[in-house]
Amino acid sequence: MKKSSSPLRSLAVGLATLLVLVIFAYGFTVTNINFEETRSERRVASLTRILRALAHPHIFDYEYEVVNVEVPFYLGCPEEGVETPGVDRSVAFILTSVGCAEPGETIVVEGYNFQENSSGPINFIGFSPGAPDGVPLQMGNFQADAQGNFRVEVTIPNRQVTEDPQAIRATGRVRVGAPMISRDAQVTWDKIVETVFMAFLATVFGTLLSIPISFLAARNLMSDIKIPLSNISLSLIGWPLGMWLGIKASQLLTNLLSPLFNSFFLTLAGTIIVPSLGFLFVRWLLSNQDEDAELQFKARLINLLYTVVATILVLASILFLGKLLLVVGDYLTPNEEVPLYFIRKFIYQVGDIIVMLVPAIAALVGGGIIGGLFGKFGQMISDKIPAATGKIVNLIITPIAGASTAVLIMQGVDWFYQFNNPAITLYWPAGIGAVIGLVLAILTSPKQSLPIGMVLYSIIRTILNGTRSVEALVMAIVFVAWVGLGPFAGALALGLHTVASLAKLYSEQVESIMSGPMEAIQATGANRLQTIIYAVVPQIIPPYISYTMYRWDINVRMSTIIGFVGGGGIGFVLQQNINLLNYRAASVNMLAIAIVVASMDYISSYLREKYV
Amino acid sequence: MLEIKNLSKVYDGDVQALKDVSFNVEQGEFLAVIGLSGSGKSTLLRCINRLVEPTGGQIIWKGQDVTAASQDEMRHIRRKIGMVFQHFNLVSRSKVITNVLAGRLGYVNPVMSALNRFPKSDMEMALAQLDRIGIKNQAYKRADELSGGQQQRVGIARAMMQEPAMILADEPVASLDPVLAHSIMQYLEKINKEDGVTVLCSLHFLDLVHRYADRAIALNQGVLMFDGPPNEIDDEKFREIYGKDAERVG
Repeated sequence: MKKSSSPLRSLAVGLATLLVLVIFAYGFTVTNINFEETRSERRVASLTRILRALAHPHIFDYEYEVVNVEVPFYLGCPEEGVETPGVDRSVAFILTSVGCAEPGETIVVEGYNFQENSSGPINFIGFSPGAPDGVPLQMGNFQADAQGNFRVEVTIPNRQVTEDPQAIRATGRVRVGAPMISRDAQVTWDKIVETVFMAFLATVFGTLLSIPISFLAARNLMSDIKIPLSNISLSLIGWPLGMWLGIKASQLLTNLLSPLFNSFFLTLAGTIIVPSLGFLFVRWLLSNQDEDAELQFKARLINLLYTVVATILVLASILFLGKLLLVVGDYLTPNEEVPLYFIRKFIYQVGDIIVMLVPAIAALVGGGIIGGLFGKFGQMISDKIPAATGKIVNLIITPIAGASTAVLIMQGVDWFYQFNNPAITLYWPAGIGAVIGLVLAILTSPKQSLPIGMVLYSIIRTILNGTRSVEALVMAIVFVAWVGLGPFAGALALGLHTVASLAKLYSEQVESIMSGPMEAIQATGANRLQTIIYAVVPQIIPPYISYTMYRWDINVRMSTIIGFVGGGGIGFVLQQNINLLNYRAASVNMLAIAIVVASMDYISSYLREKYV
Repeated sequence: MLEIKNLSKVYDGDVQALKDVSFNVEQGEFLAVIGLSGSGKSTLLRCINRLVEPTGGQIIWKGQDVTAASQDEMRHIRRKIGMVFQHFNLVSRSKVITNVLAGRLGYVNPVMSALNRFPKSDMEMALAQLDRIGIKNQAYKRADELSGGQQQRVGIARAMMQEPAMILADEPVASLDPVLAHSIMQYLEKINKEDGVTVLCSLHFLDLVHRYADRAIALNQGVLMFDGPPNEIDDEKFREIYGKDAERVG
């Protein structure tokens, strides 16, 4: 450091310090930091109250018995004075400052061993021949402190002075019997179970969904997917077409089979016969495979036909199974009082899910078959047809693909924004899509392979990043609107967030695998799916397990607060208790959360250590 | 059986890995590829089964143009060309038998293989291959529990499961000690002589080339410098291949 630069340097340091000060000053203002308030008596008192309530979680309840504690008392002091009777100090008892007093006099009553924080009346009991049980006259109330003691000043009422002893009676409550689990604790237990299962289901389904997505979001798997334009264009046309056909086919199938579903026995028979047929068909198919004919056109066509038949058989099997479960589940649940109701109900729900999934599966399979077929055809155009002809074909099909894709996208956007204007949802996108397609077809050679894998990769990564940046709490608000308040909404929100974040984490693991085994499996002539199953999957199992557990941990944590926005679970109760200022109940909720989160933490780290 | 015509490969960033390489491989030959590290040996072998896309030239395999093959055709070509790697490239967490069976992936039904189901005949074939390399009793161990030499044998068994017409061996003994190196080379030789599988093997050590190869080709910076019997590599040729400062070892 040269000496001449030193003053400049000091100035810079000074300015920097000043800047830091300004930043902090502004930060204090915007965060409303106010320590004066923290010292005010009112605040301190309420803080004390809340902290003390929180320190006494309302876990146990006791049965209470009303107790009357009496001491004899003379109204008008007798000349011979009064005896102070001995008291049993092991139970609740009261003492008066004096044993006798004139009417209108003020005395002090002290009570001990009462129920802590309990309250009750203090009565003067006047005995007379007309009222041998005594006539109570309320003199005041007591409020016991946290130790169950009180001290209160009362005024003796204006009653006739008698020679016989009267009495002062405090009526309070005392605990009897063994402690019981409080209602708050019971509710907390129910809700914490709900919470843990919410996290569990969200993790399981989120994981299942994010595994295939993670492969699509892994650069090393996607970067070498390069296909020519004709293939891309025809796939873009084929996929939506196939999905539409798939949905139509599943509707047709459902309608066709629906008369059978009215009869339990026909449904049962279908559930047995159709999958068996499918199994036999697939077996026959496998044994009759001519491996070298695979590349011939006619063999491919026949293969396609077989695939369609097999698909229909599989779809029908799924449909039958779902319907059977629906019928069985419905039969098993005549009312909610039957034993093991939840298992019976589950059968019905699984059936419901299966039936619900049939169109989705049909759409995917249909898209896969038609899209794949079109894609193969497109590949053939690029591989086998001379470049000039290929170019002409591209000039025709790419604008069509561009137009249809753009229209489909805009139809989706239209659902959100309700343009109701064919110019925006039909003509313009069709035109723009066609122009983009045309430009692409002109610019690229029909033999050239385009990096569609990287395009897909970027799209999926962008969607994942976008989804991940939305907090699960915000997602829960949307799902509450869809499925109503409760843990289902919370589970859906957590599940979606799990997919977004796990798919990213998983795909990074895929990217870090060793490429050697992949290369070796590819070299054997394995296709892409086989390469993934045999070279990628074995390598990523340990990190996947590790991340899944980590995510379960996070989901348990998140599920405890997702109830704050109506997502069910313990958070829902916690929020209610806080709003009702019921801090002792809230304390039980928080304790449960702490125990669950801590044990989850421990279990997941233990399992990760042990199995990964 | 295999014709390489004017093969060129330029990697992204203008790295010329291969430049106009042409040679033929005859049926049943044991051909060694020699050259310095980075001379293009690995690229050459990987171009033949198109693990690396060549940027120029042609590869004719049994009359079929490999460079123009579609993806499906390529898979059919690949399953007749086994490959053995320097680092074995076994899937280390999978069982030995699974690694060997992976050699059948090009033949079996994709759906069944996705469920890890192989035909009985493949299973028997895999066990026979393991028996041949003497580790049948270790078939259900994890691949990474085997020693280096055993792992390379499993790698060769995997290639043999393809019932290959040719094996591409990319420095198969470079990460093994000399004793193991010889045993692996002898095994490759056995496959070559007994099973009639053509072997195309890149090697570092010239003594291995002299001992096992019928013919050698040499690459220097992607250019073919030599093509002939190994005993024709004299000192002058040697310096041409390895550079003028190189000294012979081994």
